[in-house]
Amino acid sequence: MNAQNAVEARNTVKAFGQGDAQVRALNDVSVEIRKGEFFTLLGPSGCGKTTLLRLIAGFEMPTSGTILLDGQDITYLPPNKRPVNTVFQSYALFPHLTVAQNIAFGLQMLDKPAAEVKSTTEKMLALVKLEAMAGRKTSQLSGGQQQRVALARALAPQPKVLLLDEPLSALDLKLRKEMQIELKRLQTETGITFVFVTHDQEEALTMSDRIGVMSAGKLQQVGTAKDIYTRPVNRFVASFIGETNFLTATTEAGGARLATGDLIEVAGTTPGQRVTVAFRPEQVRLVTAGEAGAIPATITNLVYFGTDTHCHVALNDGTEVVARLQNPSTGDAGLAIGQTLALRFAPGAAQVVED
Amino acid sequence: MSDRAFQVSRLPGFATIAIGVFLALYIPIFTLAAYSFNTNISMSSWGGFSLDWYVKAWNNDQVKDATLRSLIIALWAAVISTAVATLAALGTTRRKAFKGQTFIYVIINQPLMVPEIVTAVALLIFFAQIKVITGYQGLGYLILAHSAFCVPFAYLPIRARLEGMDLSLETAAADLYATPWRTFRHVTLPLLLPGVIAGAMLAFVISLDDVVITEFVKSGGQDTLPTYMLGQLRRQMTPEINAISTALLVLTIALLTAFFLINRQNDKN
Repeated sequence: MNAQNAVEARNTVKAFGQGDAQVRALNDVSVEIRKGEFFTLLGPSGCGKTTLLRLIAGFEMPTSGTILLDGQDITYLPPNKRPVNTVFQSYALFPHLTVAQNIAFGLQMLDKPAAEVKSTTEKMLALVKLEAMAGRKTSQLSGGQQQRVALARALAPQPKVLLLDEPLSALDLKLRKEMQIELKRLQTETGITFVFVTHDQEEALTMSDRIGVMSAGKLQQVGTAKDIYTRPVNRFVASFIGETNFLTATTEAGGARLATGDLIEVAGTTPGQRVTVAFRPEQVRLVTAGEAGAIPATITNLVYFGTDTHCHVALNDGTEVVARLQNPSTGDAGLAIGQTLALRFAPGAAQVVED
Repeated sequence: MSDRAFQVSRLPGFATIAIGVFLALYIPIFTLAAYSFNTNISMSSWGGFSLDWYVKAWNNDQVKDATLRSLIIALWAAVISTAVATLAALGTTRRKAFKGQTFIYVIINQPLMVPEIVTAVALLIFFAQIKVITGYQGLGYLILAHSAFCVPFAYLPIRARLEGMDLSLETAAADLYATPWRTFRHVTLPLLLPGVIAGAMLAFVISLDDVVITEFVKSGGQDTLPTYMLGQLRRQMTPEINAISTALLVLTIALLTAFFLINRQNDKN
């Protein structure tokens, strides 16, 4: 046990159903979340990220495994005895209470003195900039304001860990961007450990100190946004975060040989194996056809995105590769569908990933 | 041809049938109310407007007794059946589906399905034995009987309210350090209250209205308003009955209106 860990899950398994119909929502997941960090659990729906959050909150008990909070075993503690609060996806604000009463709820249930409840509630209202709304019923607020009440309510009792279950998914794009910045600010100001669950890779990349990528009940990779983006451990992580090109190749000394006969430079491989080589669209450089060492290709499609253009090219054996090119400030890049050219990669860009 | 969705209100003859149904429902009630203001003792010929029958009913000690008894029984029955129904509704919605759940629903709603006369006879026999053993002759029998058949009427609105409630609210309360009891006290109950009030009012009205079971269960001198009225019919029909019926109707409408207004106020908040 590391004293720096706010939350630790050890070999947690959560199974639903029985016998043949049994589904493992979590299959032997272990993760360490450090004190004061913004940790994101990222994965597609049904990957088990919300289940892990619910185990930490105490809404569910694991089939096996242990959950530690500040080094204490809390695996079977009911939710009301855990110094952990949750921001729910649906917000779950109490409709019969005012904004201020919602925020004060946790403090009152902890039997804090009335003066402390009042001052903390006011502090929280100020923190989320809702002082003017204190006396309103929550149904009179906009989605973004309800979101901030939910945050203030969960932060008011000063939990050791704040759990956020896809809290931004109900907001429109502009508000979501604002709330991303707001969340990061609140986390920095309060210094509370945030565990954030999302399926949105952009949210994860912009806010998190570290990200845990989950799929099929397993934790695939844990690391900083940069680690995960630039060094994905497997095909799932590489495809889930950002866009990636995958090519099948056979390793040999000095690189991996494609079915087209071209050689891609990759490091640290044992020769003679069939592998998947992955590289990002922005790591592809287009050069003139016939350049030595470059892979010949033909442009099949051009998609304009404003700041850049996605250039779809086909290799000689028909395999499709996407290259992302920044649009020049004047004029266009001079590309046309049907044009033949060749591909090169930035050094170290292509890497072998597990399937 | 029509690109609009099917609506029953656009069928030919809809308005005619609707008006016909409303007339069939309300003309008898209006007639009853109108003749309660009749000067004549006759129920069929109009002799001019008067409030005599209301005064007469008001001064009739038997009517006063029966009314008071009806109200006492209805109040107790509403309180007891609502308490039982609330627990039953919590028990059948706030837990995972269990084996025999449908059976439980059937048991709870039994008074809606078993013919009232059967329950009445069964209670008559059952209570007769208890009366012999205990010697107790009071209103308790009627209160118990009314509480029993009022349970499903209180249960249905409460259960509907519980099922419409967002379960994550209770989870959120637990997350915010509320014990199960305080979660119930501070979150579930306040949100459930409109359902509980609706259930209690329905139970009250149903109890107030009951004739069959009351007629069988009551001891001598325990007439409620409906059984008193039934007794009067056997003798001579006077518009006094109309006056009492109209008063009962007004009370019921007042209760339902009050409930409607309370509910609307709650929904606004």
